[in-house]
Amino acid sequence: MSDTILETTGLTREFQGFVAVNEVALRVREGTIHALIGPNGAGKTTFFNMLSKFLAPTRGTIRFKGRDITSLKPAQVARLGLVRSFQISAVFPHLTALENVRLALQRARGASFDFWRSEQVLREYDDRARQLLFDVGLTEYVETSAGLLSYGRKRALEIATTLALDPEMMLLDEPTAGMTHEDVDRIVELIKRIRQGRTILMVEHNLSVVEGLCDTITVLTRGRILAEGDYATVSKNPEVIAAYLGTEHA
Amino acid sequence: MSISSRTQTDIDRAAGEAAPVVPKAGSMFGFSRTQAIAFAIMVLLVVLCPWVLYPVFLMKVLCFALFACAFNLLIGYVGLLSFGHAAFFGMGSYITAWTVKHWGLSAEVAIILGGLTGAALGLVLGWLAIRRQGLYFAMITLALAQMVYFFCLQAPFTGGEDGIQQVPRSSLFGLLPLDRDMAIYWLVAFVFLAGFLFIHRVVHSPFGQVLKAIRENEPRATSLGYRTDDYKLIAFTLSCTLAGIAGGTKALVFGIATLTDVHYSMSGEVVLMTLLGGLGTIFGPVVGALVVTAMENYLAQFGAWVTVTQGAIFILCVLFFRKGIVGTVGGWFRLEL
Ligand SMILES: Nc1ncnc2c1ncn2[C@@H]1O[C@H](COP(=O)(O)OP(=O)(O)OP(=O)(O)O)[C@@H](O)[C@H]1O
Ligand SMILES: [Mg+2]
Repeated sequence: MSDTILETTGLTREFQGFVAVNEVALRVREGTIHALIGPNGAGKTTFFNMLSKFLAPTRGTIRFKGRDITSLKPAQVARLGLVRSFQISAVFPHLTALENVRLALQRARGASFDFWRSEQVLREYDDRARQLLFDVGLTEYVETSAGLLSYGRKRALEIATTLALDPEMMLLDEPTAGMTHEDVDRIVELIKRIRQGRTILMVEHNLSVVEGLCDTITVLTRGRILAEGDYATVSKNPEVIAAYLGTEHA
Repeated sequence: MSISSRTQTDIDRAAGEAAPVVPKAGSMFGFSRTQAIAFAIMVLLVVLCPWVLYPVFLMKVLCFALFACAFNLLIGYVGLLSFGHAAFFGMGSYITAWTVKHWGLSAEVAIILGGLTGAALGLVLGWLAIRRQGLYFAMITLALAQMVYFFCLQAPFTGGEDGIQQVPRSSLFGLLPLDRDMAIYWLVAFVFLAGFLFIHRVVHSPFGQVLKAIRENEPRATSLGYRTDDYKLIAFTLSCTLAGIAGGTKALVFGIATLTDVHYSMSGEVVLMTLLGGLGTIFGPVVGALVVTAMENYLAQFGAWVTVTQGAIFILCVLFFRKGIVGTVGGWFRLEL
């Protein structure tokens, strides 16, 4: 269908001899939603941490848009258009929702080292920030401190902030974990709307979310790829069923 | 980061209890209405007090207040706890004293040189320390500041144990003599107010916005594409510049620069002032500096009891008034000062 946007080869990470991610070769095609699933401790977050450069791989390479990004710094990778979210919600709690989103929009000015200028100059981003907050259903909370938002709304704010960077590829680590049913539905709808022109790689435990959203699924267990394919194929794989017995988080 | 998370818990609590609505002031230099009023009161006090109180005491307060505000820029707005700020204060003090005494520089030039000394030293030491997080950062700043202390103890230009004494107060622009207390007072007041406003501007700038993001969640700031180390280093250098200016100003007022200024107890004192006044509040460090300096002045007759009292206050603060005087009182009235 389309080209590979992200590719890892032999990606490995060890923690004092314990191999958390083991020789993972993953290809993500441009414009798809790709799910990474697997039991707790499978190495999904560790894998994400390596893609976003928060952790250095022990071995292996990462290519993004044909470019080797294995030795880049986290902020550089983000500026190339590969932006991550976190498993634990990551907002700036004492800043308002508007300010949270604006911090991402502010990146468009380049590095904001201008300590002598008034923050009034950031007002030019207010309209765009309000629009993004509207898109994720947070219009009422524009001036609320992010720390006071409910869990589901924090995740929505996080997605709005990530979207503000207009990244080509998003890494979402369990975007619906710990959410109520309605919140999950809202996030799913949101992801459907924002997928246009983007690639999304997401870790997700909720298999109905995966089924409804994702084009390709990769199953990771104990740091290795166990299976890969679309939902129908993967869900019938006996090894996958065995690995998931008793650990499913539906 | 243990330190910044502790600060955050405090602010969390403040936000949870009072849920202060921060009014977005349009024009008032980023001050909210209450802050603007508080600032006006502070300016009024700075202008009126020398007619009532001993000006030398007030100048000491103002120098330490600037020092504490500079320290607060780091701990309150970036979440960095520096245990070595005396190094920048002290070196600023030495350079200003030395250049006035030996080169006969005018006051404003000497103070600026003190600030530049703080900046240069801050850039180098900050570069070494900034990669470490939380308590490790604090420990490295302490260790580096100790090296600066031993350098000052050995280097000939500092006068060793004697320090640099009998420094003339020089003059402003080479024209206005500053020998009278009331003459130099206005210079000190100007330096303090300018420094205070400068810090406020930094906090409310696009740069300050990124600093707050780093304080709140550094990995998230990184994931948005900010090279957080660069921002921290610039903030550190700015803080050290102001610490150097504060030290230089103090050297002129008292005509002396000694090892006390670079000693680690000076670093501890600025931590105490900020904590006592309320970290992360813009007026807290000023109030803290006033209280600590007053205590030292008026309890001096009791000798070692000053230190004991300070220790006790420190412990009480950490246990019961974690938001400090300004944070606690402001909380009662739901004001953000
Ligand atoms: N910094 C670290 N030091 C040592 N071991 C680690 C570290 N980070 C992760 N691990 C280990 O690596 C393994 C994989 O962890 P990881 O967080 O990647 O799992 P995960 O698939 O994201 O699990 P979950 O579904 O619970 O989020 C776990 O056994 C974990 O204990
Ligand atoms: Mg995980």
